[in-house]
Amino acid sequence: MQQEPIIRLVNVSKDYNGTEALKSINLYIRKNEFLTLLGPSGCGKTTTLRIIGGFEQPSEGEVYFNGKDITNLPPYKRNINTVFQKYALFPNMDVENNIAFGLLVKKMDKKIIKKKVAEMLELVNLKGFEKRSVDSLSGGQQQRVAIARALINEPEVLLLDEPLGALDLKLRKDMQVELKKIQQYLGITFIYVTHDQEEALSMSDTIVVMKDGKIQQIGTPEMIYNEPKNAFVADFIGESNIIPGIMVKDKVVNFSDRDFECVDTGFAVNENVDVVVRPEDVKIVKREDGMLEGEVESVTFKGVHYEMMIRTKGYRWMVQSTLMEPVGAKVGLKIMPNDIHIMKKAVAE
Amino acid sequence: MKKTWYAYPYVVWLLIFIVVPLLLIVYYAFTVTTNEGIRFTLENITRLRDPIYLKVFLRSVWLALISTLACLLIGYPVALILASREYRKKRFLALLFVIPMWINFLVRTYAWMTLLEKNSAINVILNFLKLPPLNILYTDQAVVLGMVYNFLPFMVLPIYSVLVKLDKSIIEAAEDLGANYFITLRKIIIPLSLPGVMSGITMVFMPAITTFVISRLLGGGHYTLIGNLIEQQFIFTGDWNFGSALSFVLMILILLSMLVMRKYDKDYEGGGAIW
Repeated sequence: MQQEPIIRLVNVSKDYNGTEALKSINLYIRKNEFLTLLGPSGCGKTTTLRIIGGFEQPSEGEVYFNGKDITNLPPYKRNINTVFQKYALFPNMDVENNIAFGLLVKKMDKKIIKKKVAEMLELVNLKGFEKRSVDSLSGGQQQRVAIARALINEPEVLLLDEPLGALDLKLRKDMQVELKKIQQYLGITFIYVTHDQEEALSMSDTIVVMKDGKIQQIGTPEMIYNEPKNAFVADFIGESNIIPGIMVKDKVVNFSDRDFECVDTGFAVNENVDVVVRPEDVKIVKREDGMLEGEVESVTFKGVHYEMMIRTKGYRWMVQSTLMEPVGAKVGLKIMPNDIHIMKKAVAE
Repeated sequence: MKKTWYAYPYVVWLLIFIVVPLLLIVYYAFTVTTNEGIRFTLENITRLRDPIYLKVFLRSVWLALISTLACLLIGYPVALILASREYRKKRFLALLFVIPMWINFLVRTYAWMTLLEKNSAINVILNFLKLPPLNILYTDQAVVLGMVYNFLPFMVLPIYSVLVKLDKSIIEAAEDLGANYFITLRKIIIPLSLPGVMSGITMVFMPAITTFVISRLLGGGHYTLIGNLIEQQFIFTGDWNFGSALSFVLMILILLSMLVMRKYDKDYEGGGAIW
């Protein structure tokens, strides 16, 4: 039997003085899942989060929490807590009072509060920081205080609005691992907003890709990466080669003046489609063995692999390979049927 | 090359119009001119022990305190409303608050005289409604009313400018953690706006304690505050020594009250145990 989703958005739209930030969003969020709202800036992901948190009211549609309509419930009556983008710690209080705020508001016993604050500080690795002022903390430490301050209230859902955006790369990676650990340890639902696709792929159970106030695709990281629903998703999630093509018949697609074998079916004969190929799926072979012929235009060393731009007739391919071909080399390209993803053309908007 | 000479005109200005007059005040306050010449004395200061003058001082401090408190009680909510999200875009509301300041201070105060008169428009309406007439002209109430009316913008504007700069997400964070508006106001907004409150209090208290125009116009000819007393010494009595002594003591008084406020401000920033 399907479990009742913890949060349900039904036909939620948001209109800011005539500009539509959200266009009729429908979304189910299951208990204990780590869900990421992913998209470029202005796609509506933060608006969605703020509507769930209660900081904005949708212009249309309803928000359900455990089956109850909470659309017009103010934030302080929701069992949801938020980690804000710039932490938003209270500058007039020390670390202890910041973390204790939610419990102090609930007039909980001071002794219990002290114990819980200590527990939380331990959870976020900030033991002994009780009396520090928040201004004296580094960005990473402030972030941990913000997380502790939200989690101490034992929310059923934790909202995180690009919480790692201000941290440097190394710290960000560490915090990603730590956040995931905390989420699994506490078993609560995390709704995470980011524009960083790598972050989304490595942390999430479910990714919601958004663009222009609409949901483009919902799925597991593997599904989103391997089976992007349209060219936008393919392009946004990792690098992609996107070539216009024509479906000749089931399992045969024509692009770059050549028929390719593929595995997709169900398109109309001669339908215009987008062909998506991941850069790591393009194999460089000897010129005479290739399906396409091209010339290396540029080579960039990326650490694990080289990234090469290869010019063929009519398209510049991005190719990733551990082996380097020098600039100017004439090479052949080979693509396996499994690695060709056919997508319906995005409807012109 | 340092262009310090840019500051020279200002330094000259500072010397002529601030430092020299201050020195003159101190000079006059502690000297007396007799037939034998000028000599040092504390007489001018000790004359203030006279109950008549003490009463004037106390009354001035008292009225200034009441006016400041009234400005704070009216001004803070006004600043809150002006800074709130709904009104922030509507600049004209803040403007509406500033426009009266474009009108001459004296004109505004004279206007109140007319409004508070026995046969004023207000009393005509009250009379028509069979309500008792308002007879507060030439009383403490009228003076406080005049001060509050004239100095309110000086309370509202500094608080407003602190409030609009408050990070909105901090307020949202408090709401998010279960605090309703009043708790958020008490625990977050008011503590964080204290610097604005402090400068508002200073900016109202200082003109309120030194005013002589409002007390003369709305308090009547015999109504005396420190400001009037000082004015009298210089203009009518011609006793510059006593006038300077009064000014000197008033300055010390203001300085002390500012020090007290500074200290309070600092204490607050130190934070403390759980609430």
